[in-house]
Amino acid sequence: MAIFLDQNARVIVQGITGGAGSFHARQMVQYGTRVVGGVTPGKGGTRLDDIPVFDTVRQAVAATGATATAIFVPAPFCKDAILEAVDAGIRLVVCITEGVPVLDMLAVKPIVDREGVRLIGPNCPGIISPGKAKIGIMPGHIHLPGHVGVISRSGTLTYEAVDQLTKLGIGQSTCIGIGGDPVQGTNFIDCLQAFAQDPDTRAVVLIGEIGGSAEEKAASWIREHMPDKPVVAFIAGQTAPPGRRMGHAGAIIAGGRGTAKEKIECLKDHGIDVAPTPADIGETLARRIGRVG
Amino acid sequence: MKIHEYQAKALLASFGVEVPRGELARTPEEARAAAQRLGGEVWVVKAQVHAGGRGKGGGILVCRSLDEVSDKAGRLLGRPLVTPQTGPKGRLVRKVYVEEGLAIARELYLGMILDRETRRIVIMASTEGGMEIEEVAARTPEKILKEYIDFSVGIQPFHVRNLAYGLGLAGETAKKAHRFITGLYRAFVEKDASLVEINPLVVTASGDLLALDAKMNFDDNALFRHKDVHALRDTDEEEPLEVRASQFDLSYIKLDGDIGNLVNGAGLAMATMDIIKHFGGEPANFLDVGGSADREKVKAAFEIILADRPKAILVNIFGGIMKCDTIADGVVAAAREVSLDVPLVVRLQGTHVEVGRRILSESGLPIITAETMREAAEKVVQASRGQIRAA
Repeated sequence: MAIFLDQNARVIVQGITGGAGSFHARQMVQYGTRVVGGVTPGKGGTRLDDIPVFDTVRQAVAATGATATAIFVPAPFCKDAILEAVDAGIRLVVCITEGVPVLDMLAVKPIVDREGVRLIGPNCPGIISPGKAKIGIMPGHIHLPGHVGVISRSGTLTYEAVDQLTKLGIGQSTCIGIGGDPVQGTNFIDCLQAFAQDPDTRAVVLIGEIGGSAEEKAASWIREHMPDKPVVAFIAGQTAPPGRRMGHAGAIIAGGRGTAKEKIECLKDHGIDVAPTPADIGETLARRIGRVG
Repeated sequence: MKIHEYQAKALLASFGVEVPRGELARTPEEARAAAQRLGGEVWVVKAQVHAGGRGKGGGILVCRSLDEVSDKAGRLLGRPLVTPQTGPKGRLVRKVYVEEGLAIARELYLGMILDRETRRIVIMASTEGGMEIEEVAARTPEKILKEYIDFSVGIQPFHVRNLAYGLGLAGETAKKAHRFITGLYRAFVEKDASLVEINPLVVTASGDLLALDAKMNFDDNALFRHKDVHALRDTDEEEPLEVRASQFDLSYIKLDGDIGNLVNGAGLAMATMDIIKHFGGEPANFLDVGGSADREKVKAAFEIILADRPKAILVNIFGGIMKCDTIADGVVAAAREVSLDVPLVVRLQGTHVEVGRRILSESGLPIITAETMREAAEKVVQASRGQIRAA
């Protein structure tokens, strides 16, 4: 088992003829994801390798029975692309694009929720259930099928953590990058709820960063609802100056709140082991689940 | 993106928000002429810099004669203004805003931001005008009124009534509050603001409601659809290296330490700063080259880091979309063009890592390599102290 994504997903790529879209469509196919189509308005009827391209998501769904989408369209068009996917009946929307205006997400989020669609991102690396499928831009080869769930607000830092786990022989059930924006389709608690119910996930790695209070909320949720599965965490941004956006739109210490220090203290208070450095994430988990070395 | 007070006031006025009359001046003579045109007997000369706490720093001065206006403008212009938010070096004052003085009866606070947790726009109001809202929130949270606005339906009259009556406004002033607050909300959503703060919002002796100060920040990601707002950017107020980085679409923040770093991804970049600190070093910057950096962009990033004269540089790349050979190419190209006189530690991992490492080793450059993040951080801290060198 895995959460949100398995080998049965029938995936389309919105923006498949663009540079990033075509590159990652091929990478996903190579990983074993069932990429059944692509969408680029005006390019309907063409193909990328063996993948048929359509003008609209509705046409793509009708022809391929697609259930999931990866969005690579430029940020100004993401609101439209997400809503088009929802309207066409897609159940899992993964928006990779960075730079989506936050008010666009405010408009999109209630509709996604109302329709019961799982939106991951924007501004995220996507989701991978190792050995089954990936929808996103993460390098597939660093992953190993297994029983640890990984959730993160970051991209490359997640690869770093996964790489450490894999090198220790610890596999992953599903790894989800929820994205670095202030308004996200899926948050930590959405993922934790799914991991809690997934019999195949036995422990969770949570990678947070400065800004907002998602980590604190996750900490109290974990203590209340998931006492039986060990969780370890890392928080990036201990040296970040206040009032500055550290790359991610959501990574900012505002009004003295959202610091790494307060998040780390809160996580520890809730019984969650926090890795002292980003190089210790794998070992911290190994210790916690009793698999040192 | 931040803008100046005078720009925020002009923008808000176009949405029906009432502001005092004022004019911008770049010299004492201009300030005097502005005051003369505005008329009256009292003026306020206000330093225009992108920093809060200007009042505490002596950047807002009340004047009772035209001579005093030019005198005080002269004292502000061309000098750094130090406020609690600028740091000890302060900010150079290039412009002042000259405003009519008002007969103030009450000072209130009004602010608007996106609340991440409820995903609503929250309007905050308080009777404690002129004080920092964080301070009020810490000391007397009951004095802060909050109205949460659902973005899909927008601001409703009851929100305004709750705020106006909650602030003790009555009669004509309460009616004026409606125009003021709805105008502010419209400006926020139509211009993709990320913050609007009116502190203080003043009630005059005659019952008018005006924005005595105005602060507005905007969502950088939405500037593509607001050319007018983008035109208000004042790069004089930004760190020169950060301006240069933004021209190459690099996410860069200058810090006070002496170990430069070049990383792909914001989370990994923050984590790299953290681990440098953990092993006893001080990061000189945050730099995320992004996911689609080409050779030119990497070269530019490298040059920006070197311009800050670090004692050592760490390149930490986990190749996903970004391929290690691209980074290696950029590092080698930049290192050849700039006379690299500081130790360089490079740690590559991920896509095309073998090709990347080969490019580095065949370059003949004195590069210290590392396999893991821990090794890279330890080595760069040692290298910054002259304890190790490239073989």
